[in-house]
Amino acid sequence: MSKTTQAPKALRGVGNFIDDRFHLAKTGEKNLRKVFPNHWSFMLGEIALYSFIILLVTGVFLTLWFKPSMVEVVYDGSYERLQGVPMSEAFASTLYIDFDVRGGFLVRQIHHWAALIFLASLVVHMLRNFFTGAFRKPRELNWIIGVLIFALAIVEGLFGYSLPDDLPSGMGVRILQGVMLSIPLVGSYISMFLFGGEFPGEDIITRLYMLHVLLIPAILLALIVAHVFIVWIQKHTQYPGQGRSEKAVVGTPMFPGFAVKAGGFFFFTFAVIAGLSAFVQINPIHLFGPFTPTSITSGLQPDWYMGFLEGSLRLFPNTLDFQIFGYPILTSVLVPGLGAMGLLFGALGAWPFIEQWITGDKAAKNMADRPRNAPVRTALGVAGITVYGVLWLAGSNDVLSETFSISLYLTTYIFRVLVFVGPVVAFIVTKRICLGLQRRDRETLEHGYESGTVQQLPSGEFIEVHKESSEDTVAVLESKPVITSTALEEDATDEKGVENPAARKPMGKFRRALAHWYTKDNVSFDGVQAHTGHHLHHSADHGDDKAH
Amino acid sequence: MTENNNNDNTGDGANQRVVGTPTDTADVVTEVPAGAESEHNGPYLASETHPRGEEQQRRGEKIASLWFILAFLGGIGFIVSYFLFPPTAEGPAIADPQISQYSNMLLGGTLTVALFGIGAGMTVWARNIMPHYEVASPYDEMPSKEEEKSSFSDFFMKSADESGITKRPLMRRTLIAAMLPLGIAPIVLLRDTGPVPGDLMKHTRWADGMRMYVEGTHRYIRAEDLENDPYGMISALPALNDEEYPHGISLNDQAKSVILLIKMPEDDWKDGMDSPVREGSDETHLNWTHQGIVAYSKICTHVGCPAALYERTTHRILCPCHQSTFDAADAAKVVFGPAHRALPQLPIGVDDEGYLVARGDFNEPTGPTFWEYAKD
Repeated sequence: MSKTTQAPKALRGVGNFIDDRFHLAKTGEKNLRKVFPNHWSFMLGEIALYSFIILLVTGVFLTLWFKPSMVEVVYDGSYERLQGVPMSEAFASTLYIDFDVRGGFLVRQIHHWAALIFLASLVVHMLRNFFTGAFRKPRELNWIIGVLIFALAIVEGLFGYSLPDDLPSGMGVRILQGVMLSIPLVGSYISMFLFGGEFPGEDIITRLYMLHVLLIPAILLALIVAHVFIVWIQKHTQYPGQGRSEKAVVGTPMFPGFAVKAGGFFFFTFAVIAGLSAFVQINPIHLFGPFTPTSITSGLQPDWYMGFLEGSLRLFPNTLDFQIFGYPILTSVLVPGLGAMGLLFGALGAWPFIEQWITGDKAAKNMADRPRNAPVRTALGVAGITVYGVLWLAGSNDVLSETFSISLYLTTYIFRVLVFVGPVVAFIVTKRICLGLQRRDRETLEHGYESGTVQQLPSGEFIEVHKESSEDTVAVLESKPVITSTALEEDATDEKGVENPAARKPMGKFRRALAHWYTKDNVSFDGVQAHTGHHLHHSADHGDDKAH
Repeated sequence: MTENNNNDNTGDGANQRVVGTPTDTADVVTEVPAGAESEHNGPYLASETHPRGEEQQRRGEKIASLWFILAFLGGIGFIVSYFLFPPTAEGPAIADPQISQYSNMLLGGTLTVALFGIGAGMTVWARNIMPHYEVASPYDEMPSKEEEKSSFSDFFMKSADESGITKRPLMRRTLIAAMLPLGIAPIVLLRDTGPVPGDLMKHTRWADGMRMYVEGTHRYIRAEDLENDPYGMISALPALNDEEYPHGISLNDQAKSVILLIKMPEDDWKDGMDSPVREGSDETHLNWTHQGIVAYSKICTHVGCPAALYERTTHRILCPCHQSTFDAADAAKVVFGPAHRALPQLPIGVDDEGYLVARGDFNEPTGPTFWEYAKD
């Protein structure tokens, strides 16, 4: 609480030392003043970032003992139940971390939990960006970097899961190899080169280890740094509200407010992960035993983020497989194993550009959409989540079948139907909910909110008193953008009766159809003034206002 | 008090104020608080700052300190827990799974307390002591001005022209040509990561007259063993002789050669058993069985999990990974699920001493189906 004072001498010394060399005073202040909007949904990406840091630190600790070797040893370590069992050095050294290194068990579990939470928070963060339209210009490239991080994180997770060489992880590698083998023409070559020979060979753990601890994390780190750096330059999007605009971002400055809050949040994230690792056992490899290619247990479940691939492998039938000159085209493996990944990441990466193509909107967008105000996008997102969710559940169909005592094959048939019907229903329902919310918004804007106070008029009629919404609410409601598309403005003929050549071509027609589909049904707020509705008789006038 | 004030600074001209940008106004900002807000010493405008009351700050300091003390104790507890259970010792050591679990809980629990305490203390600090700020900072206009763009493009093209890269195609093309082989070189260098597939995946250790071990043992199998087996199914591997293979059968060979021996009443065979084992062959699937015993590869032809579940009453073999289902009574044809083709079959018989033996290799490559599996 002192008056504005000079920094302590030591700090000044360090500051001057750095500034003499890098000229950072001005840049430094600017960055300390960087503004972070206050909204809980902006913390999702932070969770991902913090989990990644935890992964790096715990990963380094694990490398101190882990031996990425497939040399067969006969275990004679501390864990009595596996003594005398032949296993790879990788598995034996993982047991060593668990039962001979103090805290090793904990750090391994933290590493695993952090990986699960990294991917989970990353996905939810991505969904937040999708549903609020935060991927729009100028942030499309950062969205694509995010999609790359997502894809790489899955691969990174799968490889890390494979390293201990326990029974389920080895089976994961086997499935990976099976998917590789299905690739036409070069499948067996890819497999031979990656595995250094036939499955399982003696090289795969060593090679996956290099990919897991060096190559992929380095790329991930670079992408994450770029991701944060771009946010830093472009600044965050923000939600509509009083005083918010496309021109300026409102929030807490980096220093001191955000720094302390974010620092605290890092510790919360770490605490949750540490708490889970202390009390919720994960991947107990000593109970699974070492990998052999000939044994398996039923009810095996991969880490959650692999579930949708596992599910699609289970659902896709072999009926579409065919042969060309005696060579098989294994759609039953290619489509779910590689196609599902390609479709997911392809669709995610392309969406910002597809949406921009449909709407023709080239303006930069700093205000985040409220999901209801972009109903088709929101409905598509929910439809996507539904497909993903169905596939993910299908990855556990054996567990579901056993838990609910339904036939295993029946669950497969149900999921095969659901994967097509589910997204359609989800799309329709979500869009209707969005439009309903838009109507309610319009209602609230016009009439204020329902106060819960019921009055009786002299005429005997009962009404509910509406009260004026707060200025902030009004600002939020009035911010609703009008969704249009330039495709719809390009009339088929111009004023001289000349047809627009672009609109006549098949692509032009297709775009118009998409634009119509994307923009129709929105509730118009045209001419709606805040609190101008007829408070007393609003039920009578209701119908006219609703034209859209 | 802060909740009500969240936005009241932004409406009244605060968003014209430029904070955190290198524009002129930003530099001025730090000097502004003279004059009207003479009592305010903070780095941000008083209108953007919502300080906490002294009472709240005092309470906040106490609560935050309590959290930090708890975190300190948690940290001490963590270090104590580390030394509480040594790795190996006479008494409680983490080598014992039970103790290892206690150690895990104690270390993890204390670590959680330490981390949570710091997090909570910092949050209390931010929410009760530090003023709440809502500052506006302009978004930078991303596209550069037209003259900047054209100046850049001008400079770039002039420099490129001057360098000669545009005007000297011979040099440009030879440079690209010079780069090409080096670009391919890293891929070439990967050649020795593994052998070419060749016939490797098409043959296994099985050979005519080779006996079988029950998987995981060194016990030969007789036909009668399957009569007595409650599951009617035995998982078996080739019995390689111990002198040649002192380390036993390799994982690679296990992955290719492992078989399911299944015994069923001979009336249960279906028509598929009468078809040839491979195109143009005189042998039928039934010829390759021995007294109701049939041997199929245990590795699923989908993506390679062991198809280890066998239902005796329906003769169905189920892979637990993706639920490909094969009919053991019908040449292991796929009856459900994603697998592309039937499980390969191994011809079997008995030798002079009555032990089950292979009478050759599988009719098709085992394991996941691959592009050239059907070709010789």
